[in-house]
Amino acid sequence: MEKDSLVVPDATILFAGDSGDGMQLTGSQFTTTTALFGNDVSTFPNFPAEIRAPQGTLAGVSGFQIRFSSEQIYTSGDHCDMLVVMNAAALKANLKQLKAGGTIIANTEGFDAKNLRLAKYPDGVNPLEDGSLEGYRLLTIDVTRLTKATLEGSGLGTKEIDRTKNMFVLGFIYWIYNRPLDNTIKFIEQKFAKRPEIVEANLKALKAGYHYGDTTETMIPRVQVEKAKIEPGIYRNINGNPATAIGLVAAAKKSGLKLFLGSYPITPASDILHELSKYKNFGVGTFQAEDEIAAICSAIGASFGGALAVTTSSGPGIALKTEAIGLALMLELPLVIINVQRGGPSTGLPTKTEQSDLLQAVYGRNGEAPVPVISANTPSDCFYAVYEACKIAVEHSTPVFFLSDGYIANGAEPWRFPKEADLKPIAPVFAEKPAEGEKFLPYKRDEKLARKWAIPGTAGIEHRIGGIEKEHETGNISYDPENHEFMVKLRAEKVARIADYIPLQEIDNGPAKGKLLVLGWGSTYGSIKTAVKSALAQGYSVAHAQVRYLNPFPKNLGELLHNYDYVLVPEMNNGQLVRMIRDQYLVPAEGFNKIKGVPFTADELFTKIKSLA
Amino acid sequence: MSTSIQEAGKLSAKDFASEQDIRWCPGCGDYSILKQVQTVMPELGLPKEDIVFISGIGCSSRFPYYMDTFGMHSIHGRATAIASGLKATRPDLSVWIITGDGDSMSIGGNHFIHLLRRNFDVNVLLFNNEIYGLTKGQYSPTSELGKVTKSTPYGSLDHPFNPMALAMGADGTFVARSMDRDPVHLRTILKRAHAHKGTSLVEIYQNCNVFNDGAFEVFTEKSSKANETLFIENGQPLIFGAEKDKGILLDGFTPRVVSLSDVSANDLWIHNEQDRLKANILVRFFDDPRIEGHFPRPFGLFYVEDRFTYNEAFVAQIEQAQLKGEPDLNKLLSGGSVWVVE
Ligand code: SF4
Repeated sequence: MEKDSLVVPDATILFAGDSGDGMQLTGSQFTTTTALFGNDVSTFPNFPAEIRAPQGTLAGVSGFQIRFSSEQIYTSGDHCDMLVVMNAAALKANLKQLKAGGTIIANTEGFDAKNLRLAKYPDGVNPLEDGSLEGYRLLTIDVTRLTKATLEGSGLGTKEIDRTKNMFVLGFIYWIYNRPLDNTIKFIEQKFAKRPEIVEANLKALKAGYHYGDTTETMIPRVQVEKAKIEPGIYRNINGNPATAIGLVAAAKKSGLKLFLGSYPITPASDILHELSKYKNFGVGTFQAEDEIAAICSAIGASFGGALAVTTSSGPGIALKTEAIGLALMLELPLVIINVQRGGPSTGLPTKTEQSDLLQAVYGRNGEAPVPVISANTPSDCFYAVYEACKIAVEHSTPVFFLSDGYIANGAEPWRFPKEADLKPIAPVFAEKPAEGEKFLPYKRDEKLARKWAIPGTAGIEHRIGGIEKEHETGNISYDPENHEFMVKLRAEKVARIADYIPLQEIDNGPAKGKLLVLGWGSTYGSIKTAVKSALAQGYSVAHAQVRYLNPFPKNLGELLHNYDYVLVPEMNNGQLVRMIRDQYLVPAEGFNKIKGVPFTADELFTKIKSLA
Repeated sequence: MSTSIQEAGKLSAKDFASEQDIRWCPGCGDYSILKQVQTVMPELGLPKEDIVFISGIGCSSRFPYYMDTFGMHSIHGRATAIASGLKATRPDLSVWIITGDGDSMSIGGNHFIHLLRRNFDVNVLLFNNEIYGLTKGQYSPTSELGKVTKSTPYGSLDHPFNPMALAMGADGTFVARSMDRDPVHLRTILKRAHAHKGTSLVEIYQNCNVFNDGAFEVFTEKSSKANETLFIENGQPLIFGAEKDKGILLDGFTPRVVSLSDVSANDLWIHNEQDRLKANILVRFFDDPRIEGHFPRPFGLFYVEDRFTYNEAFVAQIEQAQLKGEPDLNKLLSGGSVWVVE
C-alpha cells in the first residue's frame, strides 16, 4: 500500500460515457480486479435503451456503477464517491448520483462545443469551467491527447487509438485505488490474441493511465479499500444471468437429464441463451426459435420426450407464452419458465429493471391455472433459485416460474460457489410398463399429486395427452362437470402441496416479534437488508424477511406476519406482492413502491422504515 | 424395454387403433385418412412406442386420440413447434404432425415455414378442407376468394394460400399432395413421406361434408377426376384425361396442355421430382377448375431433396463438443478466476 493512501471502508465509482466508450468493459474489468483483490463488490450496469443512440446524446449514455468494500455489502451503493465521465452528456445524466464533495474525473475532449450542445447545455456554458461543480473535487484529463501521444508511431489509425481511451482511464483509476494491473493485462492479451498490435496499444494505454497518476501532481488522493472480512472460502465473481445458466446446467447434471432451452432473444434475458449455447459439452441443447411461442412449445416437446426443458424470456415474451404455459400445466409436464423482468407494460423499458410481472406469473393465464413461482434475491442467488425451480418442476411434474430481473441479471457479486456434491439431488420418476393385465394410467398420482413422467420409447405406456380437460387418472378427454370441478381443485391442491416440500420462511435480520416487518421479494434484498441493518443499529423495532417462494408461500408465512404490528412491502412495481399478502393473510400490510426503472436506494428505505418503526 | 422390430412387423392396423370413440361427423374425410395411416403404420416396421403423433387444434387435430401410439393434442397452430423440440432431443422417435388448413396456414403459419426451412426429420399431414370445421364454418386461409361463410356473408376478400407453393417457398424438402378419396395413392405417399429424411409435407384434400361439402368434388368424383387431376410420377410424362389423351408440354418456362394426338409422349414434360425449378412451376397448377382453360390439379410428390436435417446437425454439434472429454461441473461452478478468503 502506498504511504500516502487514504484508507476508507467502502467506495463507489460510477463509470459513464457514450455507449461506444467501452464503459461496461471498463467497469467489469475494475470489478474482477477488485473482487480478486478480496473486496466485497456489488455492481449495477445501466445501459441505454438504444444500441446505437446518437453519439454524445443523453440517450446514449451508458453507465456502470461499482461499489466495493472492506465489509459485507448488499447493494451497489445509493450514491457514488467518484464519477468518471467521458463526455458532457454522461456528466449531465449522472451528476445527481454523486455525493456532495465527491470526485469528478472528466475527459476534456468530451466537453467540446459539439458535445456540450448534444448534451443540451445552453450556448456558451461549459460545466467544467463555469464553477457550477464547485461543490465537488474536479479533475479534468485530456484523455484523447494523452492516448494519442502514448500511441504515437504505433501505426494505428485515429479510430483504433480512440478505442484505447477507456484503458487509459481504467489505468488511472487503478492507480487511485491501488489496484494491480495483471488481471486486466491477462484479459487484454486473451481478448485480442489474434491482433498483437491491438494488445500492445491497449496495454500501453492502460499503463500510461496508471503512470499518469504517478507522474502528474494530481490533487486526487490515492485511496485504499482493504480486503473484506467475509466468510472464508473460495470465491468467484458472478452476474445473475450466467448464474442462472450454470444453475440449469447443474440441475441437468444432478438429475441425469438432458437440458433443452427453447428461447427467443429478448432484453435482458438473452444472455442466458448465449451462456447456455456455450455448454454443449454438457449435452445442453439450445434452440433459438422463430418466436416466443415456438420457444416455449419446443421446450414442451422436449419435456414430453424426457428432457429438462426450459424457456427464457422477459415480460412481453412471457405474455406471448401464456397459452402454452396453460398447456404445460394441463399436460403436467416439467418445464422451467424464466422471466428476467424489465420495465413494462408492453415494450416498456427494456433495459431498465422492474418487478412488475409477479401477478402475471402467479395469475396471468386463462382458466384456473396455478403455477409455482420462485424468485432470486441476488445475482448469485439466481443459481440456487433456478436450481430449486428445476427440482420442483421435475419432482412435482409441473411448469415452474423463475423470476429474476434486469438488476440482478446484469449485476455482479462475489460468490462462494458450491461444489457439485453439495447440491441437493433431483430425482425424476419415469413411468414403466404396467404389470400384466393392468392398464397404464398416465394421470395416476403420488403423494405429492405429481404424475410420473411417461416418455415415448417406453413400451406398454403409449398414451395421449392434451389441453382438453381430462378424466382423473386415465387422462381421457372428459367434459363431465363433476370431473372438471374435481380436476381444477386437484391441480390447485397439487401446487398448494408444494408448500410441504419447501423451507419455512425465515427472518433474515431483526427480532422474531416487533413493530415492523419489512417483507421483500427478489432483487430488493440488498437495499432492504442494508436499510434494516442501519435501522436496527439505531434501535428501531424492525425485522426483514425476503420471500423466495411466491407460489405457494411457505407454510409459516401467515403466522410469521402476525408477529409484527405492521408489514411494509417495498417493491419495484405499483404494489403486487402486497396485494397477495393482504389477500391471503388479512394483515395490515402497506406497500412502498418505486417504479423508476432503478433499484431502491438503502436511504429511501431507511427513511420509510424510520417513519413506521 | 421395447418391442423388437420383429414384433413390430407383426402388428396390424387394428393394433394402431386406440380405444377412444371417434367423434368426427359421419361421412367426414378424416375417417379415410385415419384408416390409411393405421394401415400404413404396421408396414413401417416401427415399434408403437417409438411413434408420436402431435396435433394442434381443429377437427383433424383429434387424430392422435385415435392412434394407439404416443400422442399429444396441443394448442392451436403449435404442433410444429412442439414436434421440433421433441425431435431435437429425441431423434430416435418417428414424429408425425397432424394439422389442418387453419392450424398450419393461419395461426401456425410462422412455425410451419420455419419447420420446413430447418428440415426437421418429421412428417406433416396437412388436412386441407378449405374451411374452419370445429368452429362451425368460417372461411380458412385456403378457401377460395369470394367464399360465402358465416363470417363472410358477402364473400371472403382473402386471396387463398397455395400450401404447396408456400412449402416450396419455405425450402421444403418433401412437398406432396394427395386426397382422402384415393386410399391407394394416399398410402403410397404416406410411405414415401416416412422414408424421406427431412420434413415431409403431405397436403391431403379432405372433404368436410358438413361445412364445405364437395370442395374437392371435381378432383375426387369419378366423372370428373380423370380430366381434372394430374397424377405425377417420377420419370413419367405428365399425362391426364379419361382417355389418357392429354399431356403437359413445357415450352421454355411456360407449360401448355396439349393433345397426345398432336405431341408424342416423349416430348411431354417428364416429371423429375428432384428438379426444384420445374417443381416451382408445377405447384402453380392451382387454377380454379371453373375457369376456362385451367390446368389439371397435380397430385403426387412434386419435389424431394436430400438436405441435412436440423435434428442431425443439432445432435452432431453436441457430440462434437463432447469429444473434448467429460465435462466437469465443478470447473463450471468455479469459472475462470477465483480467489481465496482465509
Ligand atoms: S366439421 Fe367437417 S371436418 Fe370437422 S369432423 Fe365434421 S365433417 Fe369433418
